[in-house]
Amino acid sequence: MHAPLNLAELRPGFSEPVRDSQSAFRALLTATAQPGTVVELGKALSPPSGLNQAAAAVLLTLADQDTLVWLEPGLRGGAVESWLRFHTSCPLSDQPEHAAFAVLVSASLTSGMLSGFNQGDAKYPDLATTVVVMVPDLHSGPALVLEGPGIENVAEIAPEGLPEFFWSERADLVAHFQFGIDVMLCAEAALVSIPRTTRIQFKGE
Amino acid sequence: MAYVAVKGGERAITNAHAWLGEVRRGDVAIPELSVAQIREQMSLAVDRVMAEGSCYDPDLAALAIKQARGDLPEAIFLLRAYRTTLPRFGASRPIETADMAVQRRVSAAFKDIPGGQVLGPTFDYTHRLLDFKLAAEGGHEVPPAPVSEDLMPTQLATIAQVFAHEGLLEADPVTDSDKPPYDLTREPMAFPADRDQRLQALARGDEGFLLSLAYSSQRGWGSTHPLCGEIRMGEVCVGFMPDELGFEIELADLPMTECIMLSGFAGSAEQAPQYTRGYGLTFGHNERKAMSMSIVDRALRGRELGEEGQAPCQDEEFVLYHSDVVEASGFVQHLKLPHYVDFQADLQFLRRLRREFFDAQSKAQALHMKEAAE
Amino acid sequence: MIATEAHARPNAAPDERYYTYAYLDEQTKRMIRRAILKALAIPGYQVPFGSREMPVPYGWGTGGIQLTAAIIGPEDVYKCIDQGADDTTNAVSIRRFFATVADVATTEDTSEATIIQSRHRIPEQPLADGQIMVFQVPQPEPLRGLEPRETETRAMHAYAEYGLQYVSLYENISAYGRIAATAGYPVMIDERYLMSPSPIPKFDNPKMHMNPAILLFGAGREKRIYAVPPFTRVRSLDFEDYPFETQSWDEVCALCGANDSYLDEVVLDDQGQHMFVCSDSHYCADRRAKGHAGPMAGHALAHIETEIAVEEA
Repeated sequence: MHAPLNLAELRPGFSEPVRDSQSAFRALLTATAQPGTVVELGKALSPPSGLNQAAAAVLLTLADQDTLVWLEPGLRGGAVESWLRFHTSCPLSDQPEHAAFAVLVSASLTSGMLSGFNQGDAKYPDLATTVVVMVPDLHSGPALVLEGPGIENVAEIAPEGLPEFFWSERADLVAHFQFGIDVMLCAEAALVSIPRTTRIQFKGE
Repeated sequence: MAYVAVKGGERAITNAHAWLGEVRRGDVAIPELSVAQIREQMSLAVDRVMAEGSCYDPDLAALAIKQARGDLPEAIFLLRAYRTTLPRFGASRPIETADMAVQRRVSAAFKDIPGGQVLGPTFDYTHRLLDFKLAAEGGHEVPPAPVSEDLMPTQLATIAQVFAHEGLLEADPVTDSDKPPYDLTREPMAFPADRDQRLQALARGDEGFLLSLAYSSQRGWGSTHPLCGEIRMGEVCVGFMPDELGFEIELADLPMTECIMLSGFAGSAEQAPQYTRGYGLTFGHNERKAMSMSIVDRALRGRELGEEGQAPCQDEEFVLYHSDVVEASGFVQHLKLPHYVDFQADLQFLRRLRREFFDAQSKAQALHMKEAAE
Repeated sequence: MIATEAHARPNAAPDERYYTYAYLDEQTKRMIRRAILKALAIPGYQVPFGSREMPVPYGWGTGGIQLTAAIIGPEDVYKCIDQGADDTTNAVSIRRFFATVADVATTEDTSEATIIQSRHRIPEQPLADGQIMVFQVPQPEPLRGLEPRETETRAMHAYAEYGLQYVSLYENISAYGRIAATAGYPVMIDERYLMSPSPIPKFDNPKMHMNPAILLFGAGREKRIYAVPPFTRVRSLDFEDYPFETQSWDEVCALCGANDSYLDEVVLDDQGQHMFVCSDSHYCADRRAKGHAGPMAGHALAHIETEIAVEEA
C-alpha cells in the first residue's frame, strides 16, 4: 500500500524524544488553552523540505500508529511522507474526513477544503480533525481579533498567506459548535492554535 | 477522652509499609513460600490472576499472589499495573481451540461425542471431605495417575463441528478479520458493544460477579435455558505474525479453558429455529469462569437476536461497566480516603435543615398553645 | 510546614529505574495529550480516553495521575493536595510518586507550583496565569446521579438537553427550600456543556469562573478527560429566585483566624467539643507564619505539622 521508505536522506526527529515531546506538548497546551498566544516549538528540528519546524514538532509530539494523518497531495510520496512514517509510524489516509490530523500549506488551500475534514460527531465532537496549516509568518498578514474561551479580553494575530475564504469557511463550520475543526497555524518555529471555540473578526470590522 | 488528629502522612505510610511486610511474612519460624511453590501448588489461583490480570505469566502471577498475601483481586491489580508498562508489539493470530491438546473435555449435550468424554484433573466427583493426609508435615507420596496406552487424538471435533452438517447450531459469528479487534486496554468501553469488546470485557471480568450473574440468569432473571455443549481444557498454540516477516511464528502453548453453552432459539421469519451459543474462554484451568462467561455472553446477545430483556444479565451497560474487579475494588475502597471536605459540606447542610425543622416545630407548638389558650 | 523554596527530591539512580520517565510509555502520553487538547477545544465536554491501570487503585487519583504524567517535565514544580491539605496520606503518596518517577521539584506553596494536583479542593490563594490545576475525578458525569446509562447521558450532552438537571434542582427546592447539592455542584461551561467540577465544595465553584489557570479534569476509572481553559465562563446552576450561594461559617479558623477560607471540623472530644480549621493547609500555615492567630492558636494540631517539618529537614 505504501511505497518503501527511503532512509538514505532521512532527516532526524527529536534528539531527545521523551524530553523534547514533553516540552513541545507544553507549548501546544499553552497555545490551545490561550488561543492567539504565539508559542515557539521545534526550534532545534531540521525537518525535510515542505514541512516547517512547528508543524514537524506537532506531528512528532502527537501523531503515532493510532492517528490517521492526511497530508496534502503535494507532501505525499516524498521526503515529508518518509520522514513522518519513519518517526511516528502513523498511517496515512487519502480521505480527509477520516483524518485525526491534516497537514497542508496555506498556498494550496482551496475553497470548500475545510468542510471535507471530520467535523466531529454530535456525541463525540473530539473526533474532529486537527488541521495543521503552514503559513509564511504570523505577523505580517491582515490583523485579526480573537475572542472566546482562553482569551481574557481580546487577542490579536496577523497570519500571512491565508485566503479570505479560509476564515469565512471556518466561521461557518464552527458556528455549529460542538462540531467544527481545530486549527494550528505554523510558521517556522512559531505556532498559534485556534480551537473551534474562538470567534474571529478582521480588525476594524 | 480526647482524640488525636491524623496528620503527618509521610511517616505513617512508611511505617505502615514496614508493618505490612512483617505481616506478609507471618511467623518467621515457618519456612517462607517460594514463588515456584505458589506457581506449582496454587495453580488455579495463578490461573485466575493471569486471566483477570490479562497477562499470561505464571511466575509473575505467583509473585503477585505472594506479594498480595493471597488476596487474588489485589494480585490481579498488581499484574495489571505491571502489564500496562509493557511495550505492545501487536495482536496474536486467533487461536484454534479445535487443535487444543486436550486434557479435559466434557459435553453435557451428548452421552458420547467423537473423541469421547475426557474427565481430566477435575474436582467434580471428589467428595468434599477435608483430606488430613495433606495436613501431614513433610512429603507424602503422590501416587502417579495411570496413563492410558491410547494416545489422545491431536484434534478433537468441537461441538460446532459435530453439529455443522445439520445446521442445528448457528454458525460461528462472522467477524471482519481485517478490522483490528477492539482492545479495552487501549480504548474505553463504548456502547453498543460488539462481540469482540464484550468477550474481552468478560474474559477480564471478575469471576464472582460473572458467576452471580450467570446464576441469576439460571434462576429466571433473564434465563437463556443454557445447556453445556462443551467444555474443553488443554494447551493451545498462540501464534504471532510480524508484519516484517509475513509468516506466523509460534509464541507458546498456553493452557486454556473454553466453554460453548447452547441455548434454544425459536427462529424468526427469516431464520429457521436452531441453537444459539454463548462463548467463554479463559487462561488456565477455570471452568467456573468459562461457564459463567458463556452464559452471560449469551444473555447479552439479546439485542442481536431480537430478544427483549430487562434482567441485569441482559443489560450490557450494567454488566460490562461493573465486571472489572480492579475498577470495582478501587472505587469501593476509595471510600477509605478522607472525605472531610464533602462531609463538612453535608454536615453544614444537615445542621441547617435540622435547625429549621426544630424552629418550625417550636413555632407550631407556640401557635398551638396560643390557640388553646384563647 | 511552609516550603519557602522548591526542593528536588533525592531520585533513584538511573540503573535502579524500572519504569520510563513519568511512568507512562510515550504512546500512552501521546494519547492522553491528544485528549487534553481536544478537551480544551471543547470546554466541559468529556473526552473518552484509553485510561491505563496505574500503580495506585482506581478511585484513588488515577485520572489525575495520568494527566500529570502526560504533562509534567523536569522544570515543573509539583504540588499535590487532598481535601486541601498537602499532608494527607494519599497526597503524600502521589507527591512521592512523581518526585521519584519524574525528577520533579515538589512544593506546598500554591504560588510557586506550576502543576497543582488536587482531590476535592481548589486552593484558597487565587490561581495564576501559567499554572495548571489537575483535578482527580471519581465520577465525571454530572448527570449520572439522575440517569445511570452512559448512552442516555451522552445523548443529553450532545443535544444540550439539561432539563433533567433543572428538574432535579427544582425538586430539591421543593423538598428542602433550597438546592441541596453541597459538593460537586454542577456548572455550565461557556454556556454549552454541563460539567461536574469533581467533588469540590460549592464554596470553590466561583474560583473557576474566568480564572487564569488551565483546569484539567481526569477520571481514570471512568476513562474521561475534560478541561476548562483559562478565562472561560463557569456558571453554577441556579434559579432567579433561588440564586447560587456558597457555604459560610460563623466560626473562623481556630489556628490562623481566617474568616474567608473553607473550614474543616475537628472533633476534640466525645463531649461535643470541636474546632474549625482551614482545609487548605498551606494557606493556614502561611497565615500563621505571617503572625495571624486564631482563638486556639496554640493547639497541638499546629505543632504536629511543625514536628514533621523538622523531621523532614
